Amino acid sequence: MRTKLNTDKPNITNYVMGYGLSLALTLAAYSLIRIHLNSIHTIPSDSILYYLLAVLAIVQLLVQLVFFIHLNRETKPRLNIMVALFAGLVVVVIVFGSLWIMSNLNNHGMTPDQTNNFIIKDEGIHY
Amino acid sequence: MNEDVLSVESSVKSKQLELAADDKTIFGFWVYLMTDVVLFATLFATFAVLRNNSFGGPTGGQLFSLPYVLVETLILLTSSFTVGLAILAAHQQSKAQVLFWFGVTFLLGLAFLSMEVSEFRHLVIDGNSWRRSGFLSAYFTLVGTHGLHITVGLIWMAVSFGLIIKRGLGRAVIRRLTLLSLFWHFLDIIWIFIFTIVYLIGAAKG
Repeated sequence: MRTKLNTDKPNITNYVMGYGLSLALTLAAYSLIRIHLNSIHTIPSDSILYYLLAVLAIVQLLVQLVFFIHLNRETKPRLNIMVALFAGLVVVVIVFGSLWIMSNLNNHGMTPDQTNNFIIKDEGIHY
Repeated sequence: MNEDVLSVESSVKSKQLELAADDKTIFGFWVYLMTDVVLFATLFATFAVLRNNSFGGPTGGQLFSLPYVLVETLILLTSSFTVGLAILAAHQQSKAQVLFWFGVTFLLGLAFLSMEVSEFRHLVIDGNSWRRSGFLSAYFTLVGTHGLHITVGLIWMAVSFGLIIKRGLGRAVIRRLTLLSLFWHFLDIIWIFIFTIVYLIGAAKG
């Protein structure tokens, strides 16, 4: 049972490419924000900006996993990748689950009075 | 003659066993790193929930200087590159180069850490510590936990210098250096997301 990570003979082009791509992606994200702030939040618009930043970050994650950690060079059984994918699933559940639940709670308004009224209405309590 | 063939066979076999043991160690460390991912995920989730709760105090866009954070990011990215070069040198059994590249990585890591500490110090002096608001509590916890990992990485690196000088570049030492390099690459990946989510989106939100 062999699960390879970094034990393969890596070579320098791998690292140089990874470094170059990561630099480019970091500077791209940074200039994107600069343009966005200079154009007073119009280019690109807020919602598109968040998608672009997310894409840039995820691409850089993949670049570093491939060129620095060599996750793609693993031979079967690909246990390292399986564990990473499972961790990814847990991350998605924790982060988006928390945001979903908390924004749902926010939607219910909720000063103490509003909380009372909400519960009274929700439970069908009549005075 | 038969004995020769046998001994060659058994040495090949033991070499394979050794490599398999290395792979197992690396796999175990990788599993640890993935649990660390889960730790950071909870801190990211907390930050994402609390990011707008500045309690009348300053928001991220008002507090953070983007060029400063860009320099931090580039320093850490470069250190991730140099730790890779150190591992390459280790595979080529070049002790001087290994020490040089680990030295460069250590200094870059130290520069990153001192920039972070100085940023924290300024925030606290200006009255914007973790006690100021929910947003700042989440910020200090997330970025501070990353800084703590960097500190541990630096201590590990300092210990590794002694190990390399004392024991040379045997298999066991290279295995340990490989784990250290994985840890360091992993911290750089976490920082990409701190850079994007905390600083860039924080600046966009004003």
